[in-house]
Amino acid sequence: MSVAPTPASDIAIDVRGLSKSFGGREVVHDLSMQVKRGTIYGFLGPNGSGKTTTIRMLCGLLTPDSGEGTCLGYDIRRDADRIKRQVGYMTQRFSLYQDLSVRENLEFVARLYGVADARRAAADMIQRLGLNGREEQLAGALSGGWKQRLALGACTLPSPQLLLLDEPTAGVDPKARRDFWNEIHALAADGLTVLVSTHYMDEAERCHEIAYIAYGHLLAHGTVDQVIATSALSTWTVAGDGLNALAAELTGKPGIDMVAPFGTSLHVSGRDKAAMEASIAPYRDRDGLRWQHGEPSLEDVFIELMTRATDNFR
Amino acid sequence: MSVTSDHSRDRKDPPFGFWRRSYAMLVKEFIQLRRDRVSFAMIVMIPVMQLLLFGFAINTTPRHLPTAVLLQEDSDLARSILKAMENTAYFRFTREVHSVQEFDDLLLAGKVLFGVEIPRGFERAVRRGDRPALLVAADATDPVAAGSALSALGMVVQTALQHDLHIGEPALPPFEIRAHARYNPAASSRLNIVPGLVGTILTMTMLIFTALSVTREIERGTMESLLSMPITPVEVMLGKILPYVLVGFIQAILIIGIGVLLFGVPVYGSLTLLALLSTLFITTNLAIGYTFSTIAQNQLQAMQMSIMFFLPSILLSGFMFPFAGMPVWAQYIGEGLPLTHYLRIVRAIMLKGATLPNMQYDAIALLVLMLLAMTIAVMRFRRTLD
Repeated sequence: MSVAPTPASDIAIDVRGLSKSFGGREVVHDLSMQVKRGTIYGFLGPNGSGKTTTIRMLCGLLTPDSGEGTCLGYDIRRDADRIKRQVGYMTQRFSLYQDLSVRENLEFVARLYGVADARRAAADMIQRLGLNGREEQLAGALSGGWKQRLALGACTLPSPQLLLLDEPTAGVDPKARRDFWNEIHALAADGLTVLVSTHYMDEAERCHEIAYIAYGHLLAHGTVDQVIATSALSTWTVAGDGLNALAAELTGKPGIDMVAPFGTSLHVSGRDKAAMEASIAPYRDRDGLRWQHGEPSLEDVFIELMTRATDNFR
Repeated sequence: MSVTSDHSRDRKDPPFGFWRRSYAMLVKEFIQLRRDRVSFAMIVMIPVMQLLLFGFAINTTPRHLPTAVLLQEDSDLARSILKAMENTAYFRFTREVHSVQEFDDLLLAGKVLFGVEIPRGFERAVRRGDRPALLVAADATDPVAAGSALSALGMVVQTALQHDLHIGEPALPPFEIRAHARYNPAASSRLNIVPGLVGTILTMTMLIFTALSVTREIERGTMESLLSMPITPVEVMLGKILPYVLVGFIQAILIIGIGVLLFGVPVYGSLTLLALLSTLFITTNLAIGYTFSTIAQNQLQAMQMSIMFFLPSILLSGFMFPFAGMPVWAQYIGEGLPLTHYLRIVRAIMLKGATLPNMQYDAIALLVLMLLAMTIAVMRFRRTLD
């Protein structure tokens, strides 16, 4: 066991107090985070919460208004050029050349990073991505799933130490998503650090650590279990008849922070356990309802965090 | 929701549908036009620019044309003749030279349009009744510029004699003016226009090729990826300009080839020099187009900027109208346009057989314009998405 690990070797991303405004509107507020090397770090939050802006500040595409930090041991303000050489950034919108073929796109990237044998590197990547037979197809003509694989291939081709993936699986079918995540885990097993933003809860649960950001504020971070535990949220699951009416009745009662339908059941959650118990007591014995004390899901926690953030920062 | 279903049940086609929808479209177009500042500027700039340039700068019978004098004797008669020439308002004596070599060089470099040589012992020869000749050499590459001035020379003898001298018989002029239309003795406008077209076509195509290059990356979203990769602004610029140097070079060969083979335009000067300076001109235009690309917000703006640059290039460079005939302010603007310098170069090399020392000034001007454009482009290139 190492007693005092040197931050540079152990920590891939270490930033403090990052802020960024656009046109007077603060998009990221005083954000600090640490990502350990070799981990898959999930970055969650609603649309417009500042995820993309944060990722862009980490790879030198945006200059923070204030705050400082390092990415792979390099200063994010001064060493953007060095960071770019070791970071693979997959943009939210497909941003390779649509009018170049799969092979041409990969060769372009390989040449830009000074890979010794660009043709060979591109051919190997095509093999690895399973794009054989499509290498001469124009990137613009690929389906969404293949575009996403190609984009991942392009940003891993120069063997980066850190991958920044901005909603990589948006609009991709479940099978392709699963393959994609298997690939990410394989890359992380090789020592790569991955920061991935997503909306999907199942994806969040596949991350080693997660952070939740809303309205530019980092609200929670840690492992999935830690985030659930620190939320101090208690949840009841109700199944049965007349759930719509019940939901309407419960909403707004003291201690009840959230009522959300989940398929054929209703999740009722609150942070003040005693107050919530008191509020639901009258309904506990109602006919046709089955109450069960449950664990809050990650989604419950996030929606609760988001609702609270709306009240605080909007 | 019952409200919306009620509403949709009641909904029938509203009257005047055609006009309503056209009106909706019209309102939208006006809003977009108002937000698009460059389009708005173009609506005002293009007519104003055209009017001012055509109205004030352009003169198809140019006067006060730069003329060099080689005065080998200082006599009353010589001064009267020069005075008479100046009085026609076509000639303006800008340089006094002391050797035939200097005289020829100025014409070759296009620094003057005319040269007057008054030989030694001219007045004495006139008094002796030898009827000596006075040489007026003209740069006739642009027949429009030289034409009217040359035809005015006939009056000069009379005027000069009226004022000071009353010698010889009025029926037989005591001396003759020998006009020598150099470089284009047949005054063929083709000889002037074809080399000019090389420059004009290259300006138009080169500007547009690079003017779209950066804005296209931004519009297609590929810029975000490109910026996240380790590439510097200078590298992006060179990568985007160099392929089109070859394209422009092929274009130049095509135009000059057709000019020579089909229109019989001669190339008296060195082809290597022509190729070299054409490449410089091509690169200068590409650099300017690229600069527009780094300033424009989108491809439409980049196109509009190119048009606003192309218009004065055609009008003020000496392509359509004689450069020397324009007022001084217009000539200053002209000096800032690469086409002006290239037109002098291409005409001088093709029609006059000029060499690099003759073209020094224009070659350096092109180089300076190119470096200036590149510097602005590199400084303007946004390395971040801020």
